[in-house]
Amino acid sequence: MFTYIARRLVQSVFVMLAVSLIAFALFRYVGDPVAVMVGQETSIEDQERLREQLGLNDAVITQYVRFLGQMVTGDFGFSYRTRAPIAEMILERMPATLELGFVALFISLAVGIPAGIYTALRSDGVLANAILVVTLIGVSVPTFVIGIFLIYFFGVQLGWLPTFGRGDTVDIGWWTTNFLTIDGWRSLILPALTLGIYQLTLTMRLVRSEMQDVMHTDFIKFAIARGINYRSVRYRHALKNSMIPVITIIGLQFGGIIAFSIVTESVFQWPGMGLLFLDSIRYVDIPVMSVYLVIIALVFVVINLIVDILYLLIDPRVRLKAEAA
Amino acid sequence: MLSNIKANWKRASIENEFLYLFLHNRVAQVAAFVAFVSIVGALFAPLIAPTDPYDLKSFSILDNFLPPAWTEMGEAKFLIGTDDQGRDLLSSILYGTRLSLIVGLSAMIFAAILGTSLGLAAGYFGGKFDAVVMRVADVQLSLPAILTALLVDGIARGILPREQHEDLLIVVLTVAIGLSLWVNFARVARASTFVERNKEYVQADEIMGLHPLRIMLVSILPNIMGPLLVIGTVDLAVAVLLESTLSFLGVGVPPNQPSLGTLIRIGTEYIFSGEWWIVVFPSMTLVIMIVSVNILGDFIRDVLNPRLR
Amino acid sequence: MSTLLEVTNLTVEYPTRFGIFTAIENINLSIKAGEIHGLVGESGAGKSTIGAAIIGLLSSPGYVASGDVKLHGESLRQLSDAEYHKLRGAKISMIFQDPQTSLNPLLTIEDQMVETIRQHAKISYSEAFAQAVSLLEEVGLEDVETRIQEYPHQFSGGMRQRVVIALALCTNPDLIIADEPTTALDVSVQKQILALVRTMADERGVGIILITHDIGVIAEITDNVTVLRGGRLKEEGPTAEVLGNPQHEYTKALMAAVPRLEVRLDRFTNIVKDETTNALGSDWKIPGASADFATEWLLKSTREVSQNVDPIMTIKNLDVTFYSERPFAFAKREGFKALKDISLDVVKGEILGVIGESGSGKSTLAKSIVGLVNPSAGEIRFDGDVLPQGSKRSRKDPIRRKVQMVFQDPYSSLNNRRKVYDIIAEPIRFFGLAVSKEETRKIVASVLELVEMPHRAMLQYPHQFSGGQRQRIAVARALVAKPEFLICDEPTSALDVSIQAQILNLLKDLQQTFGMTILFISHNLAVVRQMSDRIVVLKNGVLVEKSSAEDFFNAPQDNYSRKLLHETPSLELLNQTQG
Repeated sequence: MFTYIARRLVQSVFVMLAVSLIAFALFRYVGDPVAVMVGQETSIEDQERLREQLGLNDAVITQYVRFLGQMVTGDFGFSYRTRAPIAEMILERMPATLELGFVALFISLAVGIPAGIYTALRSDGVLANAILVVTLIGVSVPTFVIGIFLIYFFGVQLGWLPTFGRGDTVDIGWWTTNFLTIDGWRSLILPALTLGIYQLTLTMRLVRSEMQDVMHTDFIKFAIARGINYRSVRYRHALKNSMIPVITIIGLQFGGIIAFSIVTESVFQWPGMGLLFLDSIRYVDIPVMSVYLVIIALVFVVINLIVDILYLLIDPRVRLKAEAA
Repeated sequence: MLSNIKANWKRASIENEFLYLFLHNRVAQVAAFVAFVSIVGALFAPLIAPTDPYDLKSFSILDNFLPPAWTEMGEAKFLIGTDDQGRDLLSSILYGTRLSLIVGLSAMIFAAILGTSLGLAAGYFGGKFDAVVMRVADVQLSLPAILTALLVDGIARGILPREQHEDLLIVVLTVAIGLSLWVNFARVARASTFVERNKEYVQADEIMGLHPLRIMLVSILPNIMGPLLVIGTVDLAVAVLLESTLSFLGVGVPPNQPSLGTLIRIGTEYIFSGEWWIVVFPSMTLVIMIVSVNILGDFIRDVLNPRLR
Repeated sequence: MSTLLEVTNLTVEYPTRFGIFTAIENINLSIKAGEIHGLVGESGAGKSTIGAAIIGLLSSPGYVASGDVKLHGESLRQLSDAEYHKLRGAKISMIFQDPQTSLNPLLTIEDQMVETIRQHAKISYSEAFAQAVSLLEEVGLEDVETRIQEYPHQFSGGMRQRVVIALALCTNPDLIIADEPTTALDVSVQKQILALVRTMADERGVGIILITHDIGVIAEITDNVTVLRGGRLKEEGPTAEVLGNPQHEYTKALMAAVPRLEVRLDRFTNIVKDETTNALGSDWKIPGASADFATEWLLKSTREVSQNVDPIMTIKNLDVTFYSERPFAFAKREGFKALKDISLDVVKGEILGVIGESGSGKSTLAKSIVGLVNPSAGEIRFDGDVLPQGSKRSRKDPIRRKVQMVFQDPYSSLNNRRKVYDIIAEPIRFFGLAVSKEETRKIVASVLELVEMPHRAMLQYPHQFSGGQRQRIAVARALVAKPEFLICDEPTSALDVSIQAQILNLLKDLQQTFGMTILFISHNLAVVRQMSDRIVVLKNGVLVEKSSAEDFFNAPQDNYSRKLLHETPSLELLNQTQG
């Protein structure tokens, strides 16, 4: 058991090292940090002094180790564009993105899983087919188009919901939340729907195909042949087995949600990390880009680690292998 | 019992089966037709389009914000209206589709070649090479496609001087999207190769002493084309979607050569003031195109999936 | 005893896009309590369809077109699905072929047993648990109290099949349909499971329908048997009568094709015609190509002159170890010894049979010779020369031509994406055995004729052929390399018995014509008996016996060999049971 988790941890560390190497290369070699930091009129000597101060003349490996150290301690340096500490910028915007992502993920799972089960079991029903057609369109419509149309109908035509920004928020320490005000919730609805719909269709299609596969296995046929009632066959025997691959995908989805939050935040001017990243790309703000990269990879790696541990809890086969290791 | 039916079916070759199912699937036919029309429209855009939206002389700012021809204010010259610059929207859409398809197709092909070769080799040789490729794929997977594309684009902005960047934008965009999609091909190719590799026909080749390259390309590749074809179709849709998303975010194609995403971005600025057509028509074009490609992808997958036959 | 199940004129149809496919037609069956009734037939006979129709679980879009199924005299055809479902488990239950897949991997044995018992009896959990425990003990599980809490994958194949049987029995059904219950198991386990099935029928009075393709299994435990072919009933009656004195042409041919453990035949006679061979059409010919030409061409010696060393192959102290993936980057790799200290000689022109159950290392032996597996110790000499290890063997090494292999599964051994011509021509091209394209075509066509396939076959793809035809093509591919040594790794175990007889005949003919040396690997003792001059037996990677075929079958030296021989279902039993 310990070995299994330790092994996953080691793998995660390797992934993080690789990503941080990319981030470092990005930070160090894309553009000249010194040239960006100082004005045109700074003398060559001053630039050289700054270069020395920043340690840019040290061996590459020393610089990389220093970079790693800074990342681990949360010392992310300063933005080229705003000159503000990156740690602060990110921390300020993180709650917005996490809240948006969380609600979107919730929508995706709360609707996607039941809909997937339904369409798998009633493969020839009218409603099931209707849902399938809708999801096919769902995976095909780009997130930003969904956002724009939601804005057009609910914001412009009907005027029901706000179409940009977070609305009223409440501060709890450094965390600003949308969850405590009505206006906050109203502002959250459209962006969360936009972000959630695409993931929802993915979840649904996956649950459906997994469930259909499981319903064709011998052990389900055997359960039916033993006269186990259909409810138990479906929800006790089949569902549990189809959930194993679904968990993996939920892990992957989190990545998708973070990625598409960039788009959603741009459409709704939602002041989260995605918008920050987008700005950093537009203005070639390399330090912000590389820190964002590292943080996203970290979130992803942690989620995957959690998924692996969930496997241990759910699947006795994995559990046994892990114990044997 | 079922094996009997399958045995009968096996007599009809896979290719015939494909055709048969296609001829009996109205939805797939419509999708193929739409995809075909999009491709033809894109290829011959310079011939079909009423005006050339890239040519500054061909349009006038005085014609801006004209609604579609069938509305009260519309003009017959501009069938579905004009944009903020006075460009004919229909022409812009045709040229935009062309650009979207070119970028999407080349990105998908780039990803397919890169991913398939790596996946094929990883699945065939296994061992250390496989481990390295798969670790790289893992890292790549931890960066969602759109993020990779944005990053590559950002890096290109940092490295290339401004003027060159403008010129190379489309190449950069293609590489950015291609790099974010190769993993799908690599994983599928590797998994399928792994299955094929253990089949006895590959062992027969190995015993004979055929060159690994020949075994991979002549023996194995044709056998794993099915799943790759599915990924190819799905990823074409994803590539078009990514291109439009990047252009929408304003980091994609150059502003003087609008793609569908750029048109939609321009359009969003005017939905509050009632000029709905600027955003609606490009969006519809984009969605219909992606839907039809996805339907074709689903169709191919269903044909290849023996359980659903 | 009264009739338990009565099937009358049962017809099942499947609508396909080529029209309606009749899976079974006018089937009649009658089963009494405590009777084991065998349904036997080759693939496509419709035996599984009958089972599925009786329990009401025909896979869609199949349906019962006509006829009736009566249980205790009551018709089941009028039942609604809900009523039918109540019957499942309570009255009729089922045992599936593969114990690896028929248990839910995420539920413990306890979960699955207790749920099934309580589904049909209104009793408390602890009562159901007690029943489950006693039933598992009855089917021969040991240490039940602890093992019942384990998951299916913690059991071996045989034990799992026992659990499956317990699950089928735990609702006290009157009828059990067992669909190939021992096909996925080794003979020793098969013997135990069959004995268990017999006990269940005798002691509990359960009627059992045993579906199998294996005549040996039928002979061993069934009371009555129904022979099916192509969805039609061919012959029925008491097992001893039907198998011992078959009346129907098909049954006669089938029985003639079954290899006997007791006798060695020179050839199988009176075998079933492969219906599809003729349908291919033989009007299309390559001029000048003929079986005689193929024989002549194959007998012409190749450029390299053989040294004629006898024995042609010597294997000395061969060890093969497989290493598992390291659990940790620096952890010690754990090795699994697939072959331990194997030494044997193969004499020129003989057929050496290699016998072993799954996991015995018999395929590993073949792979070491052809270079797919690297031995960890020992040496293999061919024609006096030491063979380089697989990974060090050059692509131009002449051994690659001299040793050829026929694989087990003809569905996997031919590349479906290449034409038969390309498949057979590949060795000719690669080894440079022909000077022109025309010559290659002539050779391919001739060799096809030699293996009794029409010339036309070269224009087609493998998926257009049946299993037996594909195996002929595979033999042709091995032949065109002009091998001196042929390895046949379970060449017939994926085939129906009548097809098996044809392929065995073909191999025998070829061996006699060309005097090839053959290493014949099989788990099926009766098949090995038909083919081999000498025999070696492998058990868990160790060679336990080496003897001449006659000695082996008459007086085996090793205990394990005796056990194997004893456990193989034998048609001789027919004479003992009912005479």
